[in-house]
Amino acid sequence: MYVKHERHPELPPPPSELGALGWLRHNLFSSWGNALLTVASVALLCWTIPPVLRWAVLDATWLGDTRDACLDSAGACWVFIKVRLGMLAYGFYPQAERWRIDLFFLLLVAGGGPLVLGSLLPRRGPARTLATRGLAAAGAGLALVLHGLLPGLLAAAYLGLPSLLARLRAPAAPGAAAKLGLALLAGVAVHALAPQGVALAAGWTALTLTALVLLVPRADEQGWRLALLLTALPALGAVLFLGDGTWLPEVETDRWGGMFLSLVIALVGIATSLPVGILLALGRRSSLPVIRTLSICYIELIRGVPLISVLFMASVMLPLTLPDGMHVDKLLRALVGVSLFYAAYMAEVVRGGLQGIGRGQYEAAQSLGLSYPKAMILVIMPQALRLVIPGITNTFLGLMKDTTLVAVINLMDLLGVIKSALADSQWLGFTKEAYLFAALAFWVLCFGLSRFALHLERRLRYEKH
Amino acid sequence: MADPATPEPKGPSRLLHDRRWRAVIAQAAAFALVAALLACAGLNMARNLERAGIASGFGFLDQVAGFEISQTLIEYSRASTYARAFWVGLLNTLAVSAVCIAASTVLGFLLGLLRLSPNWLAARLAGVYVEVVRNVPLLLQILFWYIAVLNPLPPPRQALDLGGVAYLCNRGLVLPWPQWERGGLAVGLALAAGLALAWGFAAWARRRRVRTGRSLPVWRLGALLAALPPALAWALADARVEWSIPALSGFNFRGGGTVEPEFIALALALTLYTAGFIAENVRAGIQAVPRGQIEAAASLGLRPWRVMRLVVVPQAMRVIIPPLTSQHMTLVKNSSLAVVIGYPDLMSVFAGTTLNQTGQAVEIIAITMLVYLAVSIVISLIMNWYNDAMALKGR
Amino acid sequence: MKRFLVPLAAVLTLALACAASAGTLDDVKNKGFVSAGVSGKVPGFSAPDQDGVWRGLDVDFCRAVAAAVFGDPDKVKFVPVTTKERFTALQTGEIDVLSRNTTWSLERDAAQGIDFAGVLFYDGQGFMVSKKLGVKSARELDGASICIQIGTTTEMNVSDYFAAHGMTFKPVVFESADEATVIYDTGRADVYTTDASGLAARRTTMSNPDEHIILPEIISKEPLGPAVRQGDSQWSDIVRWTLFALINAEELGVTSANVDEMLKSENPAVKRLLGLDGNLGEQLGLTNQWAYNVVKLVGNYGEIYDRNVGPATPLKLERGLNALWTNGGLLYAPPVR
Repeated sequence: MYVKHERHPELPPPPSELGALGWLRHNLFSSWGNALLTVASVALLCWTIPPVLRWAVLDATWLGDTRDACLDSAGACWVFIKVRLGMLAYGFYPQAERWRIDLFFLLLVAGGGPLVLGSLLPRRGPARTLATRGLAAAGAGLALVLHGLLPGLLAAAYLGLPSLLARLRAPAAPGAAAKLGLALLAGVAVHALAPQGVALAAGWTALTLTALVLLVPRADEQGWRLALLLTALPALGAVLFLGDGTWLPEVETDRWGGMFLSLVIALVGIATSLPVGILLALGRRSSLPVIRTLSICYIELIRGVPLISVLFMASVMLPLTLPDGMHVDKLLRALVGVSLFYAAYMAEVVRGGLQGIGRGQYEAAQSLGLSYPKAMILVIMPQALRLVIPGITNTFLGLMKDTTLVAVINLMDLLGVIKSALADSQWLGFTKEAYLFAALAFWVLCFGLSRFALHLERRLRYEKH
Repeated sequence: MADPATPEPKGPSRLLHDRRWRAVIAQAAAFALVAALLACAGLNMARNLERAGIASGFGFLDQVAGFEISQTLIEYSRASTYARAFWVGLLNTLAVSAVCIAASTVLGFLLGLLRLSPNWLAARLAGVYVEVVRNVPLLLQILFWYIAVLNPLPPPRQALDLGGVAYLCNRGLVLPWPQWERGGLAVGLALAAGLALAWGFAAWARRRRVRTGRSLPVWRLGALLAALPPALAWALADARVEWSIPALSGFNFRGGGTVEPEFIALALALTLYTAGFIAENVRAGIQAVPRGQIEAAASLGLRPWRVMRLVVVPQAMRVIIPPLTSQHMTLVKNSSLAVVIGYPDLMSVFAGTTLNQTGQAVEIIAITMLVYLAVSIVISLIMNWYNDAMALKGR
Repeated sequence: MKRFLVPLAAVLTLALACAASAGTLDDVKNKGFVSAGVSGKVPGFSAPDQDGVWRGLDVDFCRAVAAAVFGDPDKVKFVPVTTKERFTALQTGEIDVLSRNTTWSLERDAAQGIDFAGVLFYDGQGFMVSKKLGVKSARELDGASICIQIGTTTEMNVSDYFAAHGMTFKPVVFESADEATVIYDTGRADVYTTDASGLAARRTTMSNPDEHIILPEIISKEPLGPAVRQGDSQWSDIVRWTLFALINAEELGVTSANVDEMLKSENPAVKRLLGLDGNLGEQLGLTNQWAYNVVKLVGNYGEIYDRNVGPATPLKLERGLNALWTNGGLLYAPPVR
């Protein structure tokens, strides 16, 4: 009798299960239906990809700067986009002043980039410090090289401030009343000194900044970065874009346009709709019946109507409700429309997060003697917002995409500029190129944002457990 | 609050420290603020309108509209009233919404299932589709499809002949159209009755299956039940129908019914866009069904398709329906983007042309918003009812 | 206390905001520029050129108003308004003058809260078709698809014309003229209709302008003119007489080139126009040099016309109805005296 004592050596898997062949078998031809699906998919690819590739890349015209360059080609005419690039990016913003827009977005990337990097890199370690500070330094350097001394110094001051503030030992903290008084004083002083348009932005910034300092007594470098990003940068942006009439020539909003305008609408919409949405959500869950009813009415009314009707209202009806002689800038009206519209959606998202927080948290906060605002800001909101990051991102993405709707009320956003470029008698018939370009621009922005949010969500989930 | 060490505040400031009084005062202030805001806006508006000499009110609805509309589902001519134009626009909005809700739900389910398919290539393709469609503004997609639909189509004189009765050209899809001489109403009502009958039968069959475990060929019997009443009505009412066949005359086709290119482009764009979102909802819903359920169903000997239909989908639906509802509501609101390609929906006919002709901005925008609000509420009611019907029943 | 101060401040702000304001001329002088509503999309009438500078007949008229008020044609801010929002913008004072090829009609004058200051351009609605259709007259357009811009008098005119001649048509309606043109160019519609001047302007932007013809029928009267808010007669006088000054200057042969020589003219009409006699400008609430400034800085009507839409421009529009009455046209301005 044969008894095998040692283990039989493991045989290699059959060749059909291994390597590329095995992979194909498992993933593409596991059953008849599956094989059919594969064939259909391949057929679809063969049917669509080659013509698109030929049109967009192989037969396309890339060189030259007149329409004649494209006349005898069957493919896309990217020259059209190339020639119009400045217009597509900045609209009618004066050529000589476009550096102001560049500088702002440089500050946005160099000032906000470290926050993004910080969330991508491990929490501690030299890599993080190096990368975040390196980015800030690079931003300042780039501003210096590209835009000259004064803008460079401005950039360096802005980008260096967070490290400085984090290092400062807080002086004996003044009382809340004193801080508020100081902020008001600062606001009034700025209001008196600066020219009118800028004063509002600056005074507003001073107030918010102080409010922030009041509520967040200490912050690390990243914290200050975020605080500056939310307060100082918008004010700086307003001054840069509008001009103050003395150092920077004024640029009226009707000359704003292109991708720049789309981004301004998106950024302002995002920055205002979240706080307003949070307030509305709190209002909806409030125990005070009047406030709750008002919040519910507002949220449900706005969520039931299309954005385009809100924009029409802002452009046609809103001026009628203003007192005689008072006018609101057309762009501002659209901004208000977009922000208030998305605030209602944001409120519902935030409400979802609030409902996900157990009663215990509220009670614990109360038992610590925290007042309602403090309980909300320090205990409830950080947890609730973390829960609904996907919802918030989706709302942001919706807002980002819906900025194109302002073209319907004649604002010159990216789509508006494209429409006017399409009507140019020298460049007719390049509709597809123009729309594809815009689609690509929005896709890159939105897809990038959604991937980042996905990452953030995962990271926060891991950190929790 | 009742700390014995601190003395009870005196005078009016006591009110501020009393929780109940504070609540009352805060609410009164909020209410006063909103009321003041609205009152101020209303007063300004009244003053502005009066100064401009614009008559307010809804009297304009009875005036003659005097403009033409390209797609009308009900009788309409330039001699009709603005009120009639409003109904035409509303029906056009509802028509495109209904088509797109049905189509995008089906396509969205297919794509959602494909994304979870074991077939690597198909799943990737569906994923790419979803990521592309969801991240590009709808307005651009509508414009793109409008150009993409219009450009390759020939002019009417070189129209693509679809069997000698229907034609496809850049004026749209021209189809033969039934014109009822008599009995049209009877047959239509009978068809509705038949569908209701089939629905009732399906519900009864489901209950019977749950009770006894025996199933009936629901689809075949249901189809028969739905077809029977119209056929009977046809025979009884001696219905007569004339088919209006399109024919080229002058520049355009005469006769028949036309599906306008604007409708095609809008329906295409809305369907493809919304399907991308629905696919994600479906995927999330199906992934929420525990694996054990599928394995249990398979071990009972159910075939994969039945596992899907009888076990997975009913459970997934509970997760899918709430976001699906909001997708459908969004779709109806998004149909208002029709205005950019000139599809005569409510926004274009009423808040566009009518507003311009009459100048009654306030009334018209208010009506338009209320209508969209009402449609949203109706959709959410229907879907809530369906959701309740599908919800987990406690025993 | 904080939570009461905030709403209180808001209510106070609102109460202040409810206060009223003064006349248009004072407003304009206070803010330092004329705010002018233009279409921004019609070549030859108002459109920004490649450098973003506004060009066109409508635009130059607004510059003339600014020259009359401030002596500086650049003290004007152009606000592009859609057909939908133009009247609201004017009624609410967002713009001081609407110069946006707007047709003067009774309904608009009476019920929309605006006053027309005069006619800047006599126009009429026409049809443009592709030559390939072989159509020679608008009477042959029965059953055609027609591209129209939303919310304009053209929409009604077409309906009236086709009904009057027992014909039918299919409207294809667009929010902006740009889209209407681009879509007409794809062949979606047989006919593009708008004012004849607009047709000429739009034909230049077709992919192949020579393939399209403008039919001879003019189906409506379209007197296009600047409009102002109703109920401010001082301001509407200023706008109206700026227009008359442009026309009178052409009639008197005063151009931007020779206006300084004309100051020495013995012709009493020229002297009155240029403010050498009497205080006509001051009666309007302006300076006596107002008309001098208009002509010197912007030109007379003929110059503006030739520069923007005349035979030497891509639009190639003859003067036609817009010639002076002395040359067989309709331009007839009351005398400056």
